[in-house]
Amino acid sequence: MTGKSKTSVASILPGAVTLVLATVYLIVLLRVENQATILALLGVGIAAVVMANWLGWFASVGQSFGEREGPLGLLAVGLAVVVAGYFHGDHFVLLLLCTVLLYTLATLGLNLQFGFAGVLNFAGASFFGIGAYTAAVLNEHTSIPHLFVLLIGGGMAALIGSLLLLPVLRTRGHYAAVVTIAFALLFKTFLEVNDLLGGPQGLQVKSMVLFGWSFNNNIEIGSLELSFYFAYFIASVLLLVGAFILVRRLERSWIGLNLDALRLDETAAQCFGLNIVRWKVTAFLLGNFLIGVAGTLQGFVTGFVQPNSYTFADSLIFVSILLLGGIGNPWGVAVATIIVVIVPEKLQVIQEYRFLLFSSLVIMVLLFRPDGLLPRSVRNYFPGWRP
Amino acid sequence: MDLGLLAQYVMNGLMLGMMYALVAVGFTLFFGVLDIIKFSHGDVLTVGAFTALATFIALSALGIESSVVQLLVMLLAAIGAMAFLGAVIARAFVLPLRSAPPLNTLLITLMIGTVLREMVRLFYPDGANPKPFPRLLPADSVNLGGFNLRLDNVILLVAGALVIVCLQLVLNKTKLGLAIRAVAQDEETTKIMGVNFNRIVLVTFAIGSGLAAFAGVMNGLYYNEINFGIGLYLGVVGFSAAIIGGLGNIYGAILGGFLFAALQTIGAVSLPFASAYKDVFAFAVVIAIMAWRPTGLIPEKTSERV
Repeated sequence: MTGKSKTSVASILPGAVTLVLATVYLIVLLRVENQATILALLGVGIAAVVMANWLGWFASVGQSFGEREGPLGLLAVGLAVVVAGYFHGDHFVLLLLCTVLLYTLATLGLNLQFGFAGVLNFAGASFFGIGAYTAAVLNEHTSIPHLFVLLIGGGMAALIGSLLLLPVLRTRGHYAAVVTIAFALLFKTFLEVNDLLGGPQGLQVKSMVLFGWSFNNNIEIGSLELSFYFAYFIASVLLLVGAFILVRRLERSWIGLNLDALRLDETAAQCFGLNIVRWKVTAFLLGNFLIGVAGTLQGFVTGFVQPNSYTFADSLIFVSILLLGGIGNPWGVAVATIIVVIVPEKLQVIQEYRFLLFSSLVIMVLLFRPDGLLPRSVRNYFPGWRP
Repeated sequence: MDLGLLAQYVMNGLMLGMMYALVAVGFTLFFGVLDIIKFSHGDVLTVGAFTALATFIALSALGIESSVVQLLVMLLAAIGAMAFLGAVIARAFVLPLRSAPPLNTLLITLMIGTVLREMVRLFYPDGANPKPFPRLLPADSVNLGGFNLRLDNVILLVAGALVIVCLQLVLNKTKLGLAIRAVAQDEETTKIMGVNFNRIVLVTFAIGSGLAAFAGVMNGLYYNEINFGIGLYLGVVGFSAAIIGGLGNIYGAILGGFLFAALQTIGAVSLPFASAYKDVFAFAVVIAIMAWRPTGLIPEKTSERV
């Protein structure tokens, strides 16, 4: 068939090579301790990306990701496990990897609200915190199995989020932003003054127990000893993969199409008979649920919750991740989370300055590259279809 | 309730209302000329208050002890610097994004606010902790039967009222004010009439930010303490006040400011647990108001163009 060459799927190779290179780079970056070397490494990384962009390599990488997403996703998961396996005994690095995965999960939820439906949420960290506090409270006072605690944490975030539904639905744009900003400030103040929830000192979270197996013991397989964070890492990977597939499927389905229509033009969408309220509610609650689940597991991982981890500034970090990665693109979110979480942790000099740094970065992105590092591509209606 | 205590609450409410009104007027001005919400407004207030504090320290180091001179110089420095900062923000970040989606403007002003807040926290010496603000106004008080009417509070109130009256005179009686109102009403026609649109926008941002600096100094003089977070709080509250009154309407903003302060004071008086939960209550009220009247008590006139 002559048509076959036109619709044939792109090679998987560029995507796979990029993933492997990125993994190697990540391992080296996580391995190095010397601050000057880290700085040099970051410089090399930025230079390589700029160079590849200049040479136009990213077009083919984007194509292979667009068309062979399944196998590449599988490869990405495998490589993530490889990275974790390499650092199997290192508590700190595994904790960092867990944080990356859970932040990605939370930002996927935000992406659903912000990127697909266009519903603003500047209280991401608050809903994250609701999950974490749910974990702390339920763990302390009940013996609900921890798998359900995860679901309840997400449910609580969605439930408390539903209190905001009325104002969020009635307002638009700038006005809607204020609702969630006010909620973020309210939530943190509430945690601080509420003695039942530990006040400013916060609460301890007992370790996770799944199927009779406590997560806080180091794992021994033969002579190999794994850090206890490894179990959390696996749990985070599983959750993230599930959420990623869910978000991807949603995006490709008629629901995603409805959400896109809603975001691009509310009035037009309404004229075509879409139920605006229904889809906004769906996106807002489902997004909050994902953020809540991520927060719950994060509570288990860190073993400790306090109001200062869930401030408005942290919510803005989530928004920065989304914007940096490219609103609407889950892969971009993953890349941006790695940058936003790992760089300040490795480069101790900038740890204190991270809010400043990332908000300046977002300002730059908005001024010079408003679509983010990895812009969302045009909806792929059929496999192999090119617009 | 004891009459003296009641008077105390009323005085406190009036002071809060004046500050909220000053911030709200800024929001309304910006919205008028550009149809945007500048979320960094509150943080400009913070920077203004810290500029005043730094000026005070510099003046003390120079050996100028007269509190009248100190206060005047502080006000001039803070208002001048913030007017400049406001114009710079408009020129460098807000105007270039005029053709971008509104979401981008929202995000960029939000992030500028964060940058300003973080700069104060990180680069002002020991900026992460609350800073004492000097008492520069006479602390005399008149006893009115169980209630101490403090002179400094009266001065602050009168000064705030004067500023608002002046602003209102500028807007209604001068050519500049006419231009600002014209731009707010219809940008294109105004351009055709030969008004320099960009300049009017910059001047409006300068005026609004100057007001914020004034409110910041007022806040410092009233509480005798400032911290890097005051702007975020006053910004959200001031914005809600502007919304209550209906954006784009100066009188609405002033009314909204006092109304919000009244709500807060009533909340503090009538709810038994309210002292600790004062801010929680305030923000809950903000959210409730947004749900009840999404575009304000005096709604902004909109028509959807499709």
